[in-house]
Amino acid sequence: MSKQDWFLIPFILIVLLIPLSGSRFYVFLATDIMIVGLFAVSLNLLLGYTGLVSFGHAAFFGIGAYTCALLMKKASVVFGLAFAAAGVFGAVAAMIIGFFCIRLTKIYFAMLTLAFSQIVWAIVFKWNSLTGGDTGFIGIDFPQYLDTPVRFYYFTFLIVALCLYIIRKMVNAPFGRMLTTIRENPERTEFIGINVKLFQLVAFMISGFFSALAGALFGIFNHSIFPDLLFWPASAEVLIMTILGGMYSFYGPVVGAAVLLYLRLQVGSQTQYWPLILGTFLAVLLFFFPGGIMGFLQSQLARIRGAR
Amino acid sequence: MILSVEYVKKSFDGFVAVNGVSFGIEKEELCAIIGPNGAGKSTLFNLITGHLPLDEGEVVFDGIDISHMHAYKICRLGMGRSFQRSNIFPRLTVFENIQAAVLAYRRQGFNFLTPVGSLFREETEEILEKVGLQELSREMSGSLSYGFQKQLELGIALASEPKMLLLDEPTSGMSARETNATIELIGRIAREKGLTLLFTEHDMAVVFSISERILVLHQGQIICEGKPEEVRSNLDVQRAYLGEVP
Repeated sequence: MSKQDWFLIPFILIVLLIPLSGSRFYVFLATDIMIVGLFAVSLNLLLGYTGLVSFGHAAFFGIGAYTCALLMKKASVVFGLAFAAAGVFGAVAAMIIGFFCIRLTKIYFAMLTLAFSQIVWAIVFKWNSLTGGDTGFIGIDFPQYLDTPVRFYYFTFLIVALCLYIIRKMVNAPFGRMLTTIRENPERTEFIGINVKLFQLVAFMISGFFSALAGALFGIFNHSIFPDLLFWPASAEVLIMTILGGMYSFYGPVVGAAVLLYLRLQVGSQTQYWPLILGTFLAVLLFFFPGGIMGFLQSQLARIRGAR
Repeated sequence: MILSVEYVKKSFDGFVAVNGVSFGIEKEELCAIIGPNGAGKSTLFNLITGHLPLDEGEVVFDGIDISHMHAYKICRLGMGRSFQRSNIFPRLTVFENIQAAVLAYRRQGFNFLTPVGSLFREETEEILEKVGLQELSREMSGSLSYGFQKQLELGIALASEPKMLLLDEPTSGMSARETNATIELIGRIAREKGLTLLFTEHDMAVVFSISERILVLHQGQIICEGKPEEVRSNLDVQRAYLGEVP
């Protein structure tokens, strides 16, 4: 175990103990954070590790949510299978969309991901007979064995922990190092004999896979799905979380998700001006702490160590 | 002949940057390309290494036609290069820069499982030592001095164990002392490894000190080539007539 892993133990203990508090509110919030945190880490595989700004990642989250829910509801597929299918659909969609997007760079890449996600959104929005259109559909039930919020909470914890473990393993392996070199200097990476476009596409597919799994969990968790899940503000929100938490830290996006979701719940119940507060918060952060929350903490920690 | 370039042409929006260049390089030869700014040296390098597509002509490397090959494939065939401005991975440490190139050379890119820290440490250290950066291996490469960054770039190129190295102004931006050290380093490594070397350089002292043959590029064409002393006298003659040749 590395040092970073020891740091995790208290957090894992807290997460495991939350349901014992008996608070429905915190169980709800923590489930939400874990699911969205997984989504943000998946996005960060592209953003922080590969240097690709996807502005349409909600498409994969939504594809996962719809795939899982539709298979369970319309085709009576068991949850386990529908869940796995959601991941596969996410990866395949990412392969198709990514195939076109990686041909472009920088701002054009971001715009193309946005364009594709809006196409996916439009399909979901208009295909009434399959998706329920604007109203989406409600009444997606937990599978029986996950019948209570607490059970679903532990299930979510298990799945998210496993996914994060796998993603972390990959970014710490040579594959992850190649993604970082691509982020740093794609041109030079080509000249150490790496097929940059292929690596970008594979990263895109892995990201789509885990985003879709997060989406599938989210649909079940909310008992409902609706086209807003895929609309562009959802893509912007996960991007904000990732940058807020710190895109150069593996767990940064989870921290960003936790802070943003908590603040939104708390502030949103007090005032209508949540977007204003979020905007101000983000502007301050970008100016003074460009590394996000985790980047700031890490630099403080380094300073304390340096002073000793 | 390890590299043969046949009538290579490239133009940008009507401006002909490289206009029908042909030459060949023998194995283990140390060859320089000189010429004034805008003569087409960097473009020629970019054409050979697959960084830019050719308009016309043919490039054969080690018996294989690489005219329209992707850059990463050309690299895998054993052609390494460095860039005019230092071109490294700034937010990785010096060690990680070299290690990444070693991993790529060993086709470890799609290894999803092994923790990267433990892989090819010895091979990486060996290269660091060769380019004289072992003391700096834990430094962030982006914070190194320019001269060290150029040395690191040379190390990255060597990590692919190339048969041939193309160096684009390996000493540009360096102090006189750094220049001498770098040239000595390059010469020594080339001899030790039996490398073929093709480089561009604006410092004539450097050119005449290590090259065995010189090509003179002017307005996208080779106007003269030969041994250093031949080229030197030839250039004097041309300068008298043309004025602006180097």
